[in-house]
Amino acid sequence: MASDEAALTLAPARPAPWRDPKLRAIAYQIVFVAAVVGAVGFLVHNMLGNISRQNIATGFGFLRKEAAFGIGESLIPYSPADTYGRAFLVGLSNTLYVAALGIVLATILGTVMGLARLSGNWLVAKLAQIYVETFRNIPLLLQLFFWWGLLNTAAPAPRQAWQVLPDVFVSNRGIAYPVPVASPAYKWMALAVVVALALLVPLRRWAAARQAATGRQFPRGWAGLGIVLGLPLIVFVAFGAPFALSVPSLHGFNFSGGSAVSPEFAALLLGLVIYSGTFIAEIVRAGILAVSWGQSEAAMALGLKSGQRMRLVVLPQALRVIVPPLTSQYLSLTKNSSLAVAIGFPDLVSIANTTMNQTGQAIEGIAMIMAVYLFISLSISLAMNLYNRAVALVER
Amino acid sequence: MADIAQDIPVVRQAPPPRSTRALGWLRVHLFSSVFNSILTLLAVGLLAAAVPPLVRWALIDAIWSAPNGQACHAGGACWAFIGEKMRFILFGRYPADQEWRPIAVVAIFIAMIAAACVRPLWGRRLAVVWFAGLSAAFLLMAGGLPGLRPVETGLWSGLPLTLILAVIAMLFGFPLGVLLALGRRSRLPAVRGICVGYIELVRGVPLITVLFMASLMLPLFLPAGVTIDKVLRAQVAFILFAAAYLAEVVRGGLQAIPKGQIEAADALGLSYLQRTRLIVLPQALAMVIPPLVNTFIGMFKDTSLVLIVSLFDLLGATEFALTDSNWQGFAVEADVFIAAIYWSFCFFMSRYSQLLEREFNRGKQR
Repeated sequence: MASDEAALTLAPARPAPWRDPKLRAIAYQIVFVAAVVGAVGFLVHNMLGNISRQNIATGFGFLRKEAAFGIGESLIPYSPADTYGRAFLVGLSNTLYVAALGIVLATILGTVMGLARLSGNWLVAKLAQIYVETFRNIPLLLQLFFWWGLLNTAAPAPRQAWQVLPDVFVSNRGIAYPVPVASPAYKWMALAVVVALALLVPLRRWAAARQAATGRQFPRGWAGLGIVLGLPLIVFVAFGAPFALSVPSLHGFNFSGGSAVSPEFAALLLGLVIYSGTFIAEIVRAGILAVSWGQSEAAMALGLKSGQRMRLVVLPQALRVIVPPLTSQYLSLTKNSSLAVAIGFPDLVSIANTTMNQTGQAIEGIAMIMAVYLFISLSISLAMNLYNRAVALVER
Repeated sequence: MADIAQDIPVVRQAPPPRSTRALGWLRVHLFSSVFNSILTLLAVGLLAAAVPPLVRWALIDAIWSAPNGQACHAGGACWAFIGEKMRFILFGRYPADQEWRPIAVVAIFIAMIAAACVRPLWGRRLAVVWFAGLSAAFLLMAGGLPGLRPVETGLWSGLPLTLILAVIAMLFGFPLGVLLALGRRSRLPAVRGICVGYIELVRGVPLITVLFMASLMLPLFLPAGVTIDKVLRAQVAFILFAAAYLAEVVRGGLQAIPKGQIEAADALGLSYLQRTRLIVLPQALAMVIPPLVNTFIGMFKDTSLVLIVSLFDLLGATEFALTDSNWQGFAVEADVFIAAIYWSFCFFMSRYSQLLEREFNRGKQR
């Protein structure tokens, strides 16, 4: 009896229900969720009422109807007789194409400019700084209009086209450039590159084993480069070096031969690359500056050459700082490609916009765009997170 | 200490010059190695190829006044176009006889932004100044007082519209963003989930879809009979968009607060609200002021997207001015002109944010 009483007094006093943190947490959440659901429900209720009042069609049935509008450029076959669904796919492929190309080119431009800003060469560093400060502070949309205006109105007709490089012509019809004539040899050369890349793995393993056993280094980089370039070259020569350029030449009012990109595509790509390049340059610069100078000094004290110092000591540490912000730059480049709608390049948003205007089904159109961009965003962040995990510091 | 310093004869001397003046500077900065020399020559070649034609286009061959567009096509830039269209580019479709009003609004906004950059003013006084400034700007734009003719929002355009959209988006997006950031850091899973969902959804889609959604779907979301004008729709989109980005900025500050601060607040018996208001937010928000300025720069540039939902902001008004059939083909000149306007705003603000960052980090530098 006495022990029971002691146990009772020792147990912590239960707080009153309205003071119990657990109960309060549950109550707060119920109120919050109820408020959010109520607000969303109110909006959806209004929307349903408006839809039935205005006789707006709903559902995704329109995707199977005939689109009946032409699309200027397309990676997959398309004609106006195709469905809205097909048109949507055309837009998606155009978006992915311009975004992928933009990411690669912006990374190259940004890295070069970021390194140039750190250069000991005063002139080069200043030029890179001027590039970054100029193009970072002007809205992308304005830059797109500028490049488009330059290509579309300020550039001459094909007859007086500017020849910027040998056989590369800029006119108001776009940029025409030479391409190699297709040949069966190229397919085999591509295969040779794949084989060469596969050969690098055993080479690397062998070189590492040899260095561990004998201490002698093997020039892995040069040997690898030799294999990757040499093997396709052998294939190329074995096929009798079938190299011919298809060069654009003036034919009537436009160029024929070679290949060409439209002013819209060129302006979009140029704008995206130049604008994102400024941000990537700053990211690269900050990443390299973040590696303390002591690391470089230590590498020099160990007797590493400047290339080794960069590759083995500075870059691996800089990449850790660079990758997360670089990811968000890639994401915003992809999202910014949606500005294509303003200069008439048929990307996803532009085609969805036309579809919405024709069918009046804004909700479905916007939902589809959002779903696609969310999917792209999440995929890029997933891929970059995996990469980031690979280069992240392993703490012991 | 002073005695010791006097005892030891220290002769302060500048290090010996590495080389002679101009030639030495050239050798160190431009021709330090073969590679650098090649780079320098390439850069000089690039400048030699690009600068003279640009100068010729922009200054030497340029036409500064012309009666119409036909008389202005001479190979050089046609700055006469800017002179002709300056009023429209800056103030768009706002009634021409009321022009002093948008001019005053722009002046008020620039003065308010300048005041916000003076650190001794930070605090309650600045809030009062901003409240007064915003009220005055709104009254001037909208009119309706005796002596001020009402001007409907559909006519608001040009630089004032750009400034209004960006500033209001930040002002209203900020409290929303703070709440979202706190929600994202909350221990309550339902609150956290909803906040994360909102932030990631808005940040995962392009601004243009948020604008489309506001301009096409917002009318559907409202009860029957309630209408919402176009400027307000775009403004709502910008506020919702800014809130998600500001939430992430604020979250950065919240995460940087040492745990001890929160534990100390708990030990003092402060409630969640007291702790957040008195301990957490003051420190977190002070830390994120430089990135907040950067977000504002981004918003300022992003306002140019309203052109796509047919509003006439600075860029929209310019594009409209370019459709004049008397003045055809001057897109490049017009774009250069407004690029200079956008650039001066953004460049000044980014310099200011860099300055703040340096000052804020001064305590950490040893």
